[in-house]
Amino acid sequence: MEEMQPLNTKPSPDTSLKTEEYFINMGPQHPSTHGVLRLVMKLDGETVLEVKPVMGYIHRSMEKMAERDVYAQIIHLTDRQDYLSAMLTNWCFCLAAEKLSNIQVPERAEYIRVIIGELNRLSSHLLWYGAYGMDLGAVTAFFWGFREREDIVDLFETVCGQRLTYNYMRIGGLAHDITEDFVPRVKGICEMLKPRIDEYESLLTKNIIFLERTQGIGVLSAEKAVSYGTGGPVLRGSGVKFDLRRDDPYSIYDRFQFDVPTGSRGDCLDRYKVRMEEMRQSIRIIEQAIDQIPEGPILGKVPRVLRPPVGEVYSRLETARGDMGVYLVSDGGTKPTRCKFRTACFSNLSCVPEISVGWKVADVVSILGSVDIVVPDIDR
Amino acid sequence: MTILKLILRWIAHPGDFALDTARPFLHQLLVTRLGLPELAFTVVCMLIIGVIMLTFVSLSAFWLIYMERKVCAYFQQRVGPNRVGPFGLLQTIADALKLMQKEDLIPAKADRPIFLIAPVLAMTATFMVLAVIPFDKNLIVTDLNIGVLYITAVSGLGVLSILMAGWASANKYPLLGGMRSAAHIISYVLSPALPVLSVVLFTGTLSTQKIVEAQAGGWNLLAMGPMGVVAALVFLTASTAEINRAPFDLPEAESELTAGFSTEYSGMRFSMFYLAEFINMFIVSAMFAVLFLGGWQPLVIHLPLVHLTLGPWGGFLPGWAWFLAKTYAVIFVLMWFRWTFPRVRVDQLMKLEWKILLPISFANLALVAVMVALSMPKA
Repeated sequence: MEEMQPLNTKPSPDTSLKTEEYFINMGPQHPSTHGVLRLVMKLDGETVLEVKPVMGYIHRSMEKMAERDVYAQIIHLTDRQDYLSAMLTNWCFCLAAEKLSNIQVPERAEYIRVIIGELNRLSSHLLWYGAYGMDLGAVTAFFWGFREREDIVDLFETVCGQRLTYNYMRIGGLAHDITEDFVPRVKGICEMLKPRIDEYESLLTKNIIFLERTQGIGVLSAEKAVSYGTGGPVLRGSGVKFDLRRDDPYSIYDRFQFDVPTGSRGDCLDRYKVRMEEMRQSIRIIEQAIDQIPEGPILGKVPRVLRPPVGEVYSRLETARGDMGVYLVSDGGTKPTRCKFRTACFSNLSCVPEISVGWKVADVVSILGSVDIVVPDIDR
Repeated sequence: MTILKLILRWIAHPGDFALDTARPFLHQLLVTRLGLPELAFTVVCMLIIGVIMLTFVSLSAFWLIYMERKVCAYFQQRVGPNRVGPFGLLQTIADALKLMQKEDLIPAKADRPIFLIAPVLAMTATFMVLAVIPFDKNLIVTDLNIGVLYITAVSGLGVLSILMAGWASANKYPLLGGMRSAAHIISYVLSPALPVLSVVLFTGTLSTQKIVEAQAGGWNLLAMGPMGVVAALVFLTASTAEINRAPFDLPEAESELTAGFSTEYSGMRFSMFYLAEFINMFIVSAMFAVLFLGGWQPLVIHLPLVHLTLGPWGGFLPGWAWFLAKTYAVIFVLMWFRWTFPRVRVDQLMKLEWKILLPISFANLALVAVMVALSMPKA
């Protein structure tokens, strides 16, 4: 590997002391890479000269596995990509399969999908809030985030029996109907969360140390954000007002009122603020949808053996981390001939090497946390 | 009845007991009865005091670890340790036993002697400081007439142990931690010392015991006017940084450097660092109590308009209880810091020291000097 070459030595200009640049491996096992990601960092003292992400430690060749399975079996693979918003990755694959085989999703299922999806976005952002706090040394934030996430995860457990890898969406609808106490519980969660989000802000947002650690750090300009193909809060934090729910509405998102929060400078603080505001907007969407769930079936007319017509389709969806896409090619058989996943974290990570240069080691942790990566989503 | 009264008096004034009863008794036993030389008596006295201090320190470190875990748990909406013993009180002992059983690993490329000395030095430095902390009237290991200077000098050694550990581990993460603590040593010896200096100016003594005695009429925190508050705040901030506690826990910064300087340490060696860290917290809080909150003196509030003393009620609690109560109040504040603040960055830490704390404490020192000069009786 080229990073293992002998170290470059350069004499320091004003003294006779020689200083050396050195490499440090952050990861694959490191508390702040959120999984098995390895960052090879070239450092001069504490200043970062170069960052190289090394990926693939948990590559499972999901795209190849998808070619082996029938369509319905692929859904559970998507659970294992962005496992923190697995409902949304499930949904994204189902959207593609439905589009490919022209399946209508019943109204009731659409509403439940939206509510569950937004709840999942909330739980994912709550976990991110905690993890980001911990990255910056505020361990208490971690427990606060998990405390509220617990209620949402409990709700998911009653709906689909799982707390992390849900496998809840089906091509054409949902696996199970919601329970009777679902609606009041969702309302309860929304009511509980609103003051709690303000509480989170009181813990971090106005804290001077937090501001010092995030303001102006890791600035990603709007052009760079677009050219790196970033999505979600990373893109919006840089000031690009782009949200697939608003700009390319899938499902029934065109029926709801919500704002797309954006940042202005593209630093860590902006990405943080965008996510905090997104949580409030998610609650807004849930509150609009929760009283309108119609009666009816939860699964559309789906053939026993799904054989989509010959063709190809690309469908995309806004997960908690950005723009996720699924590209499906069918030859008319029961299994796809090609299934390509475009995941948000992979693109988001690509901007990290550029925006980390020149900052300190501690800032790389802050930047990585603000980009919010999920490693299985990078490696697939 | 008289025995009960006597025991009660000993509990209330352990220092008096040690001086009036235990010491003469021991002297009579060793020198007069057994005919041992005076030196043997001194050595035995030192040994006894040493054992008592070690026991006290170990127990309070255990208690502090338990307290930290409980406080942190309640900050984080958890329950904390509650399984081992009543209210989980024995959890720390269970942890210590576990640590003792761990394999004592030394990395192959480590600088062995330095690697082995570092945790011992960390412990030694903290123990040494304790010698001049006045727990009560008469309850002090040795009342040095330059006690404050001694503390400032010795407490710097603790940081040196971190530097040694970081260097000797032959691993880049501890090295980064060590580098950070080297920057620490250079910067953060000064600004905890300057507020101390202003107290010394105000009270006119370098002895810790005399500083406490000088506060019989009112705590330095208030008696020095606004300068006292500023000095206290600077001292608290700077000494939190000096003992590497969050939000200034840069040498070990878990999310950046895994475990920082102690990454390569395991078992008892690790626990020595851990113990030293908690004793340091005790020392800093005790220093704060001694310098600004009147040490073992009972509550006295003395302001231009308000004068509040507990009068005879102050004696209701023995002096050491007052001292511990004040110390633990400060310890709680330190824990509060740790569990609410994010961590600062290494250059921000330096900026805080050189651009904010240092000018403030210099200005404050000058103001205190002017105040003292003005209030001096004309010679």
